[in-house]
Amino acid sequence: MTALDVASGVLLLAGSLFAVTGGIGLLRFPDFYTRTHAAGLMDSAGAVLILLGLLLLAPDLGSGVRLLLIAAFLLVTGPTATHALAHAARNDGVRVWAEREDKKR
Amino acid sequence: MLSAALVAILVAMVLALARAVVGRHLYDRILAINVFGTKTVLFIAIVGFLTGRPDFLDVALVYALINFVSTVAVLRLSHYREAM
Amino acid sequence: MSTFDLAEAVLLGILIVTAVAITRARSLFVAAMLGGLFSLVTASLFVLLDAVDVALTEAAVGAGISTVLFITALALTNSREATTPRRRVIPAGLVAVLATAGLVYASFDLPGVGDPDSPVQTHPITDTYLRESQEDLHVPNTVTGVLASYRGYDTLGEVVVIFTAGIGVLLLMLGPRRPADEVKDRAYLQTEYRVLRVVSKTLMPFILLFALYVLLHGEYSPGGGFQAGVIFGAGFILYTLMFGLAAVQRVLPMRTLVVLVAVGVLIYAGVGVATMALGGGFLDYNEFNPGNPSGGQVAGLLLIEVGVGVTVAAVMVAMFYSLVRRGVRR
Repeated sequence: MTALDVASGVLLLAGSLFAVTGGIGLLRFPDFYTRTHAAGLMDSAGAVLILLGLLLLAPDLGSGVRLLLIAAFLLVTGPTATHALAHAARNDGVRVWAEREDKKR
Repeated sequence: MLSAALVAILVAMVLALARAVVGRHLYDRILAINVFGTKTVLFIAIVGFLTGRPDFLDVALVYALINFVSTVAVLRLSHYREAM
Repeated sequence: MSTFDLAEAVLLGILIVTAVAITRARSLFVAAMLGGLFSLVTASLFVLLDAVDVALTEAAVGAGISTVLFITALALTNSREATTPRRRVIPAGLVAVLATAGLVYASFDLPGVGDPDSPVQTHPITDTYLRESQEDLHVPNTVTGVLASYRGYDTLGEVVVIFTAGIGVLLLMLGPRRPADEVKDRAYLQTEYRVLRVVSKTLMPFILLFALYVLLHGEYSPGGGFQAGVIFGAGFILYTLMFGLAAVQRVLPMRTLVVLVAVGVLIYAGVGVATMALGGGFLDYNEFNPGNPSGGQVAGLLLIEVGVGVTVAAVMVAMFYSLVRRGVRR
């Protein structure tokens, strides 16, 4: 196991952790706006770490460049989409979760 | 380690699907499907490396693009109250 | 059970859950989006089965353009589905169960995946396509070679089908526009979605360039005319969504699109006529360069891929325009 394999493994593991915890958050968080945080975590941290992990395993320059392009694309479009979603939801009046409401129940 | 990452991605996909099916508002579902699309991109990339066929990465790039355009389209064209 | 088997099982499970969710969804928007998710999962399964060109097309068309067009159409109309009366549920369910049972029963006769005795593996034509295509065509991507050269006439038919579908939609949808909605649309766009607009504008050249790459690289890696056309269309749809119909029509007006829809088919058929004029059969690319047939093949392949890409892109964008012209609210 070369150093590259170990480093790649660590990155892949970290990315997987972010992906899974983000997914759990997506299900468990109380309202839409907090769920966008979970989704953003999965998309930015999880995706980029996994792609970097794959980059260390890339067999040739072409694959490496493609991986970087995918990562760059996801980094640009992920937060943009999440932002636009939250903005539109706010405009449409999706309610923010308030702790008082929950305690009353 | 690649296989472990693949399993993790599958778990994340299932979780996102759960949110897409359950989701209380339309926006929850749009978010969940966007996340699902990103996970699919990662899935394709990892499968490409597991099978030793890195030209899968072109497919992954197209998915990423299509996912974005699809989310933007739903956003711009949806009527929130009707879609509840 | 290997990781791939697990992945296949999970994806198939997701397919079933999604299908049930689609039938249960009352809002057609949700149904359309879940349909897009369904296509994504199907495309992932295709990747697992090593069918990458199909996966590319399924992702681009099924998950992307189809969903966008459905949602655009839904935005023009009422988007909640009426409840099915109870007395119709039982017969409908029965039909579904019987059809599924029939299909499952029929599937028992299919050979297993990768079975060495299946007709696909034993028939000599497989060897012809896989081996001789390298010698005849020098095109590493056998799928493109088969689609564009050996079965080029089929592909011409497919392009004509897309052309016809596009013409049909345009005939139905090209009616009077409602100017009032356009003005409201522009006012809304100026203040909202600023980040999205900037990002979309910056991404546009890369998307179009990527479409060109997929077109030209289709001979060496998964890709080709269809996928390239869809990506190109997706780029323009993104721009239209963000900046409105008036802005995008300054670059690509509807009149040009209507012409381009036909130009693609003309290019394709024109290649066939040209080879006939040069003395060969219809779509016999060898005639382009009789001294070096594979050079002629490369030229022919490139030309018809361009034709396919042009028609597909023009049809996608034209259909989207014609839907948006009717005055989408918001």
